[in-house]
Amino acid sequence: MNQPGETAFARDLIACHTCGLVNRRLAAGIGARCARCGAVLHRRIPRSLSRSWAFLVAAIMLYLPANVLPIMHVTTLGRSRSDTILSGAEYLLAHGMWPLALIVFVASILVPLTKIAILIYLLLSVHLRSAARPMDRLRLYRFTEFVGRWSMVDVFVVTVLVALVHLGRVAEIEAGLGALFFAGVVVLTMLAAKTFDPRLIWDNVKPDGRSTAH
Amino acid sequence: MSDVTLHHHDLVACHECDLLQHLPSERRGGRVRCRRCGCVLHHSGHDIVAVPLALGITALILFALSNAFPLLEFALQGQRDATYLLAGIRELYAQQMPILASVVLFTTVIAPLLHIALLIYIYLPLSLGHRPPAFAAAMRATRAILPWSMLEIFLLGVLVAAVKLAEQATIVPGPAAWALGLLVVVQAAAASQVHPHRLWDRVA
Repeated sequence: MNQPGETAFARDLIACHTCGLVNRRLAAGIGARCARCGAVLHRRIPRSLSRSWAFLVAAIMLYLPANVLPIMHVTTLGRSRSDTILSGAEYLLAHGMWPLALIVFVASILVPLTKIAILIYLLLSVHLRSAARPMDRLRLYRFTEFVGRWSMVDVFVVTVLVALVHLGRVAEIEAGLGALFFAGVVVLTMLAAKTFDPRLIWDNVKPDGRSTAH
Repeated sequence: MSDVTLHHHDLVACHECDLLQHLPSERRGGRVRCRRCGCVLHHSGHDIVAVPLALGITALILFALSNAFPLLEFALQGQRDATYLLAGIRELYAQQMPILASVVLFTTVIAPLLHIALLIYIYLPLSLGHRPPAFAAAMRATRAILPWSMLEIFLLGVLVAAVKLAEQATIVPGPAAWALGLLVVVQAAAASQVHPHRLWDRVA
């Protein structure tokens, strides 16, 4: 896939992220605006790495309470039980609802962990000025951006159950603090992925596809 | 290598890898991809104003339906009841979870509505031949809000919740569930028909 060419950065050009016009970078660099649509121009997302790290570290801190605290409390005829993310998936599996257990396991456990791991790897690879396998790293980034949102599914399940079971007046379901922390993890990892500029992956790769570092 | 000339209309820089390249002059019907990373640089084909406008208006109608009708109907030990999209959010507020309720409200009501409203705000004036005020800001906002609109994920949540409860009670999907299913498809179609770069080539 790697063919000869130049980046806009190397030619002192900036593509406007709003309208796509390729602008010449002026001496006054910072705060320059697009000649066509007036949007502020950035060569790369400003302070991309530090902002992405900040969101990611915050997400990691919320990850533990999100998994340890119950996401909901169910009271049926005087008996009550509390479910965490993991015990909720186990409950589904124990009751033979394995397709649902699989959805919950993938969306709530596998995806958040994978996403955090990928973001750490991408951020470190840019810090270390890695030129290795940029295309694969870009694919990881795209994957992370695409699947990250789906972790919200457990929060929505709690929302629907809370409303439904209240109506029946037989069981009572209350949302637990774990759901709040879990929503926080999803939102923060989404923000971490959004602030990461994928062009940084390519900045240490020579136009001919070879590394600048070696 | 210096075959790249500036202020050429077809010059683009890939937004995922920054490679400078010219769009081929003959590009009827289809996508042009970045020659290094494969990211889509350019679309051509459908009417770039009428199609998103039609999909935006359809989405608005479906959004109204999905909030006006019951999402799930519920029968347990002789009792019947129904729930609405907003009922769960209200219940979360009632259970002293205002932040969680706000996150759900934003991702299932505010963000989808904002996305649909922006589409109509942009494309209705364009279809009548003029450019709406704050066009650039509206284009940026349309793209920024989209990932926060999570109706397709909410729909999966509804499905999981319904199956979970199906052992204990009779759960029937209400009209809003069907409207929501259509809305998810229409909204995704509308979003895929927004081509900011081509629009700018036309309005500028």
